[in-house]
Amino acid sequence: MLLFTVKRLLMLIPVFLAISVVIFMLVHLVPGDPIDNIIRVGATPAEKAALVARYGLDQPIWAQYVNWFSKMVQGDLGDAIILRRPVADLIAQNLPHSLALGSLALVFSTVVGITAGAIAAIYRDTWFDRGVMTVILLGSTVPSFWLALLMILLFAVTLGWFPVSGARTASALVLPVLTIGLGGVALVARVTRVAMMDIARRDFVMMLHAKGVSRWRIELGSVLRHAMMPVVTILSLRIGWILGGAVAVEFVFARPGLGSLLITSLNQRDYPVVQGCLLMLAIAVMLGTLLGDIVQAIMDPRIREGMK
Amino acid sequence: MALLTVSGLGVTIGTLSPLDDVSFEAHKGEILGLVGESGSGKSLTAMAVMGLLGRIGGRVSSGSILFDGQELVGLRDSSYRRLRGKRIALISQNPMTSLDPIVRIGAQIDQVSLLHLRLSKPAAKARSIDLMQQLRIPDAETLHRAYPHQLSGGMKQRIVIAMALAADPDLIIADEPTTALDVTIQAQIIQIMVDLVRARDLALILITHDMGVVAQACNRVVVLYAGRVAETNTTQAIFASPCHPYTASLIGCIPSRDQAEGTLLGIPGTVPGVLNYPKGCRFHPRCGDAMQVCARTVPPTTAQPTGSVACHLHEVVT
Repeated sequence: MLLFTVKRLLMLIPVFLAISVVIFMLVHLVPGDPIDNIIRVGATPAEKAALVARYGLDQPIWAQYVNWFSKMVQGDLGDAIILRRPVADLIAQNLPHSLALGSLALVFSTVVGITAGAIAAIYRDTWFDRGVMTVILLGSTVPSFWLALLMILLFAVTLGWFPVSGARTASALVLPVLTIGLGGVALVARVTRVAMMDIARRDFVMMLHAKGVSRWRIELGSVLRHAMMPVVTILSLRIGWILGGAVAVEFVFARPGLGSLLITSLNQRDYPVVQGCLLMLAIAVMLGTLLGDIVQAIMDPRIREGMK
Repeated sequence: MALLTVSGLGVTIGTLSPLDDVSFEAHKGEILGLVGESGSGKSLTAMAVMGLLGRIGGRVSSGSILFDGQELVGLRDSSYRRLRGKRIALISQNPMTSLDPIVRIGAQIDQVSLLHLRLSKPAAKARSIDLMQQLRIPDAETLHRAYPHQLSGGMKQRIVIAMALAADPDLIIADEPTTALDVTIQAQIIQIMVDLVRARDLALILITHDMGVVAQACNRVVVLYAGRVAETNTTQAIFASPCHPYTASLIGCIPSRDQAEGTLLGIPGTVPGVLNYPKGCRFHPRCGDAMQVCARTVPPTTAQPTGSVACHLHEVVT
C-alpha cells in the first residue's frame, strides 16, 4: 500500500511539470501587457525598460520559466502587480475560506448523497425512489447562483436564520455549503443509485442471496461497498472543482475565497495572482485524484495488484 | 421418501409463463440430472427451488415444492433464508463471477458457517480450511487469505463448492457447474461432486446440457424442453431406450467413435422462446416423428417402467 502511494506520487511529478508549463505559458500568451497597467501615463521608454527589467520580462522566456518555477517550489509566487502584496500571502488569506466551504460542502454532499442514493436503490421503483430522484433531478438542474439567491431570500431575509453574506461567523457558512452541497448531493445520489442497481444484478450478489444472507446485509454490506468505487471517482474529481468552481456562490454571498480572488485578478490582469490561483487549483485536482486512487486501492485488491 | 418433491410447478415472469407443470423428485444419495438446451427452464427451476425467483422478477404461479415435508411455495422470506445456504445450497454456473471480487476467499466461505451454524470466527475458519483440504485445494491456509482473482477457474469452482458445503446442506443444486471450465477440469469437478454425494448422503440436482456429464454422474434424469418435462427416467433407461424423440436426438448428438469424420450431428432448429411456444407438443416443429395430433394437443404424461414420458407416440390408446 505504501509502495502504491509512493508510485502514484512519483507519477504526479511529470503531471505537475506539465501543468506548471501550461500555467506559465497561458499568462504569456494572453494579449495585453501588465506593464502598461502599472506604469504612469507619459513614461519614457527608458522608464518602461527599467520596469520591464525589474520584473525580469526582458529575459528569454525559458529563463523566465526556470526562474519562476524555482521560486515557486520554494513557496515564492511573486508579488501581485495591482494588489502589491506577495501572492503567497493573498492565497494564504483566501484559501482557508475556500477549504472550509469546499470540505463542508463535500462532506455534506457525500453523506446526504450516498444515503439518498442507497435508499432509492434499495426501494427501487417505489414512490419513495421516484420522489427522491425527482427532488434530486430538480436539485441538479437548478443553477447554483439562483438557488443561492432563493436561499438568501427565504432563510436570511424572511426567516433571518442566517446572515445574508460575509464570512465573519460560522453560521455564515451554512447557506453557501447548502448551495454548493446540493449539486453534489444530486450527483452522488444518482451515481450511488445506478451503481447499486448495477451491482445488485451481479452473479455474486445472487450467490449471497443463495447463501441465506439477509437482504439488508447484502445491500448495505456488499452492494453499497462495491457501488462506492464510482462514487469515490466522482468525489475525487469534485475536490478541485469545489475549491475553484464555487466562484458564483462566493460572489452571491460576498465571501472571500480562491474563486473570487481568481476572477478579480483575471479582470485586473494581475497575472502573478492568476498563476498562483491556477497552481493551487491544479494541485487540489491532483491531490484529489491521488486521494481517490488511494481510497480505491484500499477498497479493491485488484487495483493494488495492478500497480505491482 | 423423496427429499424434494416438485409437482406441477409453474413459473411466471410478468405476463410470461416460461415454466409449466414441471414435476420431479430428488432423493438422498442420488444425483438427479436436469437436462435440456439453453432456454428450456433448467436454471429457472433451480431458482424456484431456491426461492430466488423474486430476485429476477418471477414467481411460482402453480404447483408445490415439498422439501423434507415442508411446503416451500409461499414460504416467508425470513424462513426461506434459514433454509438457503443451510439445508439447500447452490453451486452456480460461473465460478468466475460468483465470488465477490473484493472479499477474501476465506471470509466468503466462513460467512456461511458463521451465519447458519453460529460458529466462532476461528472455528469457522478452521472448518473452511478443512473443507478446502477435503476438496483437494492445495495450500488451503494460504488461499484462505487470497482474493478470487488470484485463483484459476477450477480452483474458484472448488471454493464455490466449499461455500455450498459449509453448513452441511441436505440438497445441493449445481447449475451447470462445469460449463465455464476447461474439459480437463470439468471431469475433476464432476468427480468431486459424485464423491461428495456418496460420502455425505446428499441429494444433488445437477443441471447440465452435457449428456456426457449425465452419463458419467447421474442416477436419474429429467429432460426439460421449452419449460416442460419431456421425459423422466433412470440414466440407464434413458441411454438404452429413450422414449421421447427429443431425448433420442439429444443422445444422438453425442459424437461416437464409429461416426464418419467431419459429421457432427445436431437437432435442427432452436428451442422456441417463451414468447412463441408452439401449440400442442412444444417439440413438434423440430420432431422427426411429429404427427397431426402433436400440433393440436399437449401430450399427456404417461408412466413407463422406471419413469414417465410426455409424448403422443407413447400415449396409451384406450
